[in-house]
Amino acid sequence: MTAKINIKNVNLFYTQFQALKNVNLDIEKNEITAFIGPSGCGKSTLLKSLNRMNDLIEGCRIEGEILLDGQNIYGKIDVNALRKRVGMVFQKPNPFPMSIYENVAYGPKTHGIRSKVKLDEIVETSLKNAAIWDELKDRLKKNALSLSGGQQQRLCVARALAVEPEVLLMDEPTSALDPISTAKIEDLVLELKKKYTIVIVTHNMQQATRISDKTAFFLLGEMIEFNETETLFSIPKDKRTEDYITGRFG
Amino acid sequence: MEGVFLGAALFSIFAVILICVFLFAGGLPAIGKIGVFSFLFGTEWSPTDEPASFGIFPMILGSLYVTAGAILIGVSIGVLTAVFMASFCPPRLHKILKPAIDILAGIPSVVYGFFGLVVLVPFVRVHLGGSGSSILTASVLLGIMILPTIIGVAESALRAVPSSYYEGALALGATHERSIFFVVLPAATSGVMAGVVLGIGRAIGETMAVILVAGNQARIPNGILNGARTLTSNIVLEMGYAADLHREALIGTGVVLFVFILIINLSFSFMKRAKR
Amino acid sequence: MTLNMYLKYPFSLFLKVLVILATAVTCFTLLFLIGYILLKGIPYLSLDLFSWTYNSENVSFMPSIVNTIIMVIGALLISVPFGIFSAIYLVEYAKRGNKMVGVIRITAETLAGIPSIVYGLFGMLFFVTSLKMGYSLLAGIFTVAIMILPLMMRTTEEALKAVPDIFREGSFGLGAGKLRTVFRIVLPTAIPGILAGIILSIGRIVGETAALIYTAGTVAELPKNLLSSGRTLSVHMYALSKEGLHTNQAYATAVMLLGIVLLINMLSTMMAKKIEKKS
Repeated sequence: MTAKINIKNVNLFYTQFQALKNVNLDIEKNEITAFIGPSGCGKSTLLKSLNRMNDLIEGCRIEGEILLDGQNIYGKIDVNALRKRVGMVFQKPNPFPMSIYENVAYGPKTHGIRSKVKLDEIVETSLKNAAIWDELKDRLKKNALSLSGGQQQRLCVARALAVEPEVLLMDEPTSALDPISTAKIEDLVLELKKKYTIVIVTHNMQQATRISDKTAFFLLGEMIEFNETETLFSIPKDKRTEDYITGRFG
Repeated sequence: MEGVFLGAALFSIFAVILICVFLFAGGLPAIGKIGVFSFLFGTEWSPTDEPASFGIFPMILGSLYVTAGAILIGVSIGVLTAVFMASFCPPRLHKILKPAIDILAGIPSVVYGFFGLVVLVPFVRVHLGGSGSSILTASVLLGIMILPTIIGVAESALRAVPSSYYEGALALGATHERSIFFVVLPAATSGVMAGVVLGIGRAIGETMAVILVAGNQARIPNGILNGARTLTSNIVLEMGYAADLHREALIGTGVVLFVFILIINLSFSFMKRAKR
Repeated sequence: MTLNMYLKYPFSLFLKVLVILATAVTCFTLLFLIGYILLKGIPYLSLDLFSWTYNSENVSFMPSIVNTIIMVIGALLISVPFGIFSAIYLVEYAKRGNKMVGVIRITAETLAGIPSIVYGLFGMLFFVTSLKMGYSLLAGIFTVAIMILPLMMRTTEEALKAVPDIFREGSFGLGAGKLRTVFRIVLPTAIPGILAGIILSIGRIVGETAALIYTAGTVAELPKNLLSSGRTLSVHMYALSKEGLHTNQAYATAVMLLGIVLLINMLSTMMAKKIEKKS
């Protein structure tokens, strides 16, 4: 099994409402997998299950298994350690109200790194990996909230990379950004897949075709179709997929 | 660590229980010895007579009259001022008024009491007769003291009314004034009532200001120019030298006050919950 | 509407005049009260009133000010941690619909509604008598601490709730646990709101009288230690008013009290503006 993440027979309930129905899916290492579908189809819910952020929602119940490198993440494991391995970038950029340096250093500090030398190194590497080092290297002490939306989001990517994850989850990371920032982030993601496994939820089908290797189409909690991106978008197997990608609904 | 936070939160429950226990233990025995009816409805308060009488009815009436007067003055002026601030006031004036009301809110009761003593009491004495220390004086002073509370809450309540109500009234041809008074203000009633209840709570519990201006005669008052003693004043005036049963009776007065306030607050909470 | 138009709608004119009048009365009362006290008191703000030793001639309020400062610091030292920790539980840990939360809120509301004289009686019965502290600053500190607890709890709770959830999510997403998230992200962001609550509490403590007469007592000299009795500035003001002897110094003392309260008010307004700026 070369898959980085195996999603097996997953059903998810928000108290009475079933948000995910019998989802089965394998996410391969060092690939970009996109989740697409209309609002409310469950793609964000599935994404948040991959790092157990759904635990924060009261009344959320999950059945089935999600394996990371063969180990069930819903078994007896340390959730904080899981989230170190599976990082997340959110839809709305959410840098902490602190300096740029402190934002990036927060993750490593949480996981035990105290030496200033090491932290400086990590901050520089992460900002470089997020392609934003040159822009920010002279103002690391400035408050992160003074950056533009696009810069904030790239900072959040750097922050996520600073804990050295294996998987990066991105929940509609460019929906709140302008086209230029969006393009910068898409280039960044394409670079990142060399080192990380990436799962991206997107509303924007063109984005999925531009950057993802595989795409999964969701509708009303079910995964309708999952295939190589090129194939899914040119010769979809299911009529519902075809209707969605041709814009008949959604 | 969650336990530590929970422990801190539980402290308020612990504090209330502690207060109830000590107050009741300190005051109920006296009420028992005197007799509940004689205590609550007795009209003679003469703790130093032989035999002593411990009826607090004059003080209950005193508190009621003074509070009622304060509410009359405070609510009428306060609500009207709140209407002005929420619906008639130019923004630049509002920037000055709001901090001004906050200042009124922060003035300690002793300063109010002192002011009442040196200004209001002589004024009443000269222009209306009597000694100057009276229910009227206390009502006016307390009314001023609860103004900020009522204005603050009433203004918030008025601002919270959806603008669609106001616009709907205007669109029917009503003037600005009519729209505010006959549509917006009624819609804000529950919020304004909350302010009134807060005001009542503050007025009943007020001690220091009232003592200096109300006259403090422990007799059932005959008119608003007569002096009166409130439940709160009763305690402060005599606690300094009271002993034995007298002292316990004063604590008992505190218990009665405590229960009054509990009833007011709890019934208001229930009314709010029942409305939802 | 112009005055001409108002003549067509006399009732509306009446209503408008009514509210303007009411506001004028409110403003006049405030100005008169403060103005009168300042006018009559400032001339008598002599150095005598600031002397470190009190005697019945100078009726100095310096010891009272010292006692007030001790009272404020002491009470805050107790109720600020309790208030913050309680609020952390209510906002960050308690599950929705937890019955304990409802009970805690009711008791906090109850504590907030108890009149100060009743607190004074309780403090006297419990701290002064049962715990044998005697009339002491310490008994006063504990009593006042319980009095301001609901205020600290409520303002801290609101400050914590105002911290956007996306900050918490960001922290959890990086693998931080709840404790770290609360202390490194949520609490620092909520500090301005908490400070605002502290300033409000200070205002309340400074103005407190009835609760302190029966716990901290009325001794007018500098205290030797926390177990000494000592009057705060408000209690001193009350004593002067009741005696009726040193009217001029009473005015001056009132000016002092007003000054402190106005200062606290200004600080609180500045804090509020800072919070608004942030959001």
